[in-house]
This record gives sequence, structure tokens and C-alpha cells, in this order.
Amino acid sequence: MTTTTASAGPAPAAAPPPDPAPTPPGHPTAPPLPAPVAPLYERVRAGREFGANVRSTVDVLWVLYDRILRVTPQTVDDPGRDRFLLSKGHAVAGYYAVLAAKGFVPADWLDDQGGPHSLLGDHPDRMLVPGVEIGSGSLGHGLGLGVGTALGLRAQGLLTPRVHVLLGDAELDEGSNHEAIAYAGATGLGSLTAIVVDNGSATHGWSGGAAARFTVNGWTAATVDGHDHDALHTALTGHDNHRPHVVVAVVDQGE
Amino acid sequence: MRNRFVETTTELLARDPRTALVLADISADAFTPAFDRHPDRVLNVGIREQLLVGVAGGLALTGLRPIAHSYAPFLIERAYEQIKLDLDHQGVHAVLVSIGASYDRAESGRTHLSPADVSLVDTLHGWTVHVPGHPDEVPALLRDAVAADGSAYLRLSTLHNARPYGGDGALRVLRDAGPGAPLLVAVGPVLDAALAAVGDLGVTVAYTHRPRPFDTAGLRALAGDAVILVEPYLAGTSARVVSAALADRPHRLLALGVGREELRRYGSAEDHTRWHGVDAAGLRRSVAGFLAAAPVPAGR
Repeated sequence: MTTTTASAGPAPAAAPPPDPAPTPPGHPTAPPLPAPVAPLYERVRAGREFGANVRSTVDVLWVLYDRILRVTPQTVDDPGRDRFLLSKGHAVAGYYAVLAAKGFVPADWLDDQGGPHSLLGDHPDRMLVPGVEIGSGSLGHGLGLGVGTALGLRAQGLLTPRVHVLLGDAELDEGSNHEAIAYAGATGLGSLTAIVVDNGSATHGWSGGAAARFTVNGWTAATVDGHDHDALHTALTGHDNHRPHVVVAVVDQGE
Repeated sequence: MRNRFVETTTELLARDPRTALVLADISADAFTPAFDRHPDRVLNVGIREQLLVGVAGGLALTGLRPIAHSYAPFLIERAYEQIKLDLDHQGVHAVLVSIGASYDRAESGRTHLSPADVSLVDTLHGWTVHVPGHPDEVPALLRDAVAADGSAYLRLSTLHNARPYGGDGALRVLRDAGPGAPLLVAVGPVLDAALAAVGDLGVTVAYTHRPRPFDTAGLRALAGDAVILVEPYLAGTSARVVSAALADRPHRLLALGVGREELRRYGSAEDHTRWHGVDAAGLRRSVAGFLAAAPVPAGR
């Protein structure tokens, strides 16, 4: 694991991914799923083959909901709750499993996910699913919504809630993110945390590391192993409340 | 109209702590006093229109009532997906206020022309669209839009009629040619030209500054078998609404407005009004031709 914090200038490169080894389908290189999530994840999966990218966000999501976010099924409408915005609306099986593990949705909602009577689409819809803060799926919308959410909370004197937005490294290709990154950094939006799950899937890569796109705009940054729960916890609590903070969670390439 | 928008928004920001304003540099200077008083609720994101609407969506998610403002093509066309997803799909609402209209700054060329904005907003569900025809119509329309809960688009222009008309957007008859007469509906700033065009043609003229939701009940009450629409944006934008409202009646419809062709000409807004045939002379030619055509002219 590498944990780095920087306020300006080029960030250290993300941990280089190991050489991709041929991995049989269904045998990901990632560690086992968190125990409370595993059976629910399998219930969503229902025997379907998911891409490795579905698995790659589960550890981050679990650490967020288990150790970071001040939100419960009873406080999903509380103005003072922490916000979690899944911008990368793809690969949501783990998200639904974590929401079920924490009691936001009943476990039987996980059956027939994506079916004609299901409330759980392949992209989440905040109007259908309790605890889901935004509907997403089209890449590049979550960070702008997160900036607006942070500004709206501040304007109402709600200074405790933190706004977390989860993106993918390939999602950073969308220019809308860079509008939000530059503005949040320039205005010192200290209640905002972006989490970039970096599986090396951006077609043209991010030379110098994904974190550099943020730090050059005045964000603090930490780049960590995306499966290491303690490292994720440290990184996700490493903000200084004066500048926006980014956590780059590195997972295996293509995962 | 922009001045009235700035005055009214500044007043709303002072009166209601739920109101917020998001800018993308356009008109930022005019809002400096408001920013000085409410720095947390007057937000200029720079020249970033995707973020402009995204931030409006985020503000609305926290319970604020955002007004987002920019030049029409940048607010509606560039940020269309943000309007669709960051507002509508999230189930939250905002008031969008544009300037520039179809060709207010004709000398700036195609990049600053936005004749398609109302059509684009019309692809969405549940939006109210206001097209004021006079600066004095703006304050009440803006106040009502902000006080309401839904999403609204206010399309401001430098073009306007000689006098304002109040009301809530229900069709207002300004010239009554009697039962069964052809009905001309003028939207916003094209009214004066329409009135001048049909002065002696026996046409009833009705006005609205609210093309969405269109006053279909008023239309059904006023319409005979010939309807003429005159709109200051893409010709035919409201044709589908009129056709649907009159689907059970034989009728003819002439839909006039701004053409789709890129003219690649500069000049003034008045020049473009003439070139698109929505000046008094052009409207008169079109309407006279429409009325002269026999209702069932086969073989004539």
C-alpha cells in the first residue's frame, strides 16, 4: 500500500499494477468479499457472470458504509446526513449488496435484479431505491452534483455532513469532471471527497497518476490499495476540511 | 429584460434564503451586489456550463431553489444532458433563465444563436416555458416560477413588444374577429408584428408568454377551422401541441417562426426577423397566402 498526501504539484504515481496474469473467469485476484456482503452479492449475481469491475468497488463501498458515512436507513432523509454519490453508476451489484447488508433495502429486493418488477436497475435510480443519493449511469455527472450538494449544505449552515463521490479512472475521461475538479479546488470546497477506483481502464491512461489531476487544482490526495480496508479508512479520513480531498483506490488492471 | 431579471433575482435572494443563483460568468458583473450580500447562494462557477447545471441539481438535492443563468445556447444546448439527468432524472427542479434568444446578437454568428432552445426543453416532461414579450412581464413571471416547485425555463430577449401584457399565460384575445374567424396565436415578442400583419385580414389574435404548458383549453375555445402560430423560435415548435388539442376537429394549421437553415449572415436582430419572415410584412404574406388557399383545393 502507498499512502500519500499532497497539496500541490505532481502526485506520486499510482502503485503500478502487477503484470496481468491470465485469470480464469470467476476466480478474481481480489481478496474475498467482506463477510456480511458476500452472500448478498451472490444473491444479486444469481449465477450470472459479472465483469471483474463489478467486484472492484465492493471494498471501498464496504469501508464507506461500515466505517465512514454517517448515514443509516433511519436517516436517509436527514438534512445532516453524510452523502454518498455513486457517479460511476455501472457495476452496481456490490452497491446493492452493501445497501442490503446495511439495511437500506430489503434483501429480497436483490432477487431478479434488473427484471421487469425490480427496483434495482443496472444503473441505480434515487427515486426508486432508499439510500441512493443520485441516479447515475451516464458517466461524468456525479462530481458536479456532489459539488452542488456540498455548496447547498454549506449555504444552509450544515457544516458537518461530508459529500463523497465515487468515480472510475475511465470516467475521468469525461470533461465535466474537470469542470468540477477545477472549481472545487479553486474555491476550497473542503467538505467534498472524491474517490477514484483506478483499475487502469482509461483508454489513454492518466500519465502521472489520476491523483495529479486533482492535486494540481489544490486538492489533497491519497493513493492506496483499493482492497486494503485499513488503508482506505486512513485515506478516507485524511481530509483537512479546507480543501477537497481525493482518494485514489488502486485495484488490479481490468478488475 | 436582463435588467429586470437581475433586479428581481437580487430581490428574491434577499427575501428567501432558499433561493440560490448559479452563473457561468455571463451576467456575473450585474450580480456583484447580490454576491456581496449572499456569497454562499450566488455562485459563479466560471465558464463551465455542465457544472452550472450540475451544481443547480446538487443545490436542489439539498432543498434549495436554484436559478441557473447563461446565454441560451450554452445553458440549454451545451448542458442539455445535465438538464435531462442532473435535474429531471434526479427528481429535482430549477429555474433556468437565458438571454440571447434566437438571434439577439446576430452579428456574433451561429455560435450565439439559439432558435432550438424551446424545442429542446420541449423534449422534457413537465417544464413550464415562459417567453416574455416585454421587460415588464419578467418580474412577475420570475417570481411565480421561483415560488413554484417545478422546473421552468425563462427565455429573455432584447426584442419586445411596445407594451406588456400580464396574466398567467392563458391565451389573451387582443383582436377579436368574431366566431369562426381564423385564430392567430403569437408567443412573446412577435406579437406586435403579428398584430400589424393581420390588421385588415379578419383574423382573431391571441397572445401568450407561456408556450408550455400551452393553454389548450383556451385554444379550443377560440379556434375555428384555421389556426396560425407565430413563435419567436423554431417554426412549428408548438405545432404538435395545437394538433393534439384539435385532433377531433378538421382544421388547418400554419406554423411560422424561425427557420432551421443556418443563414450564415450577420446583421441585426431586425434583419434576421425579416429574413425568417416573422416581421409584419413577412407574416402578412404567409398568412394571406394561407387564408387564400381554399380549404379543399384539390385540382384547383
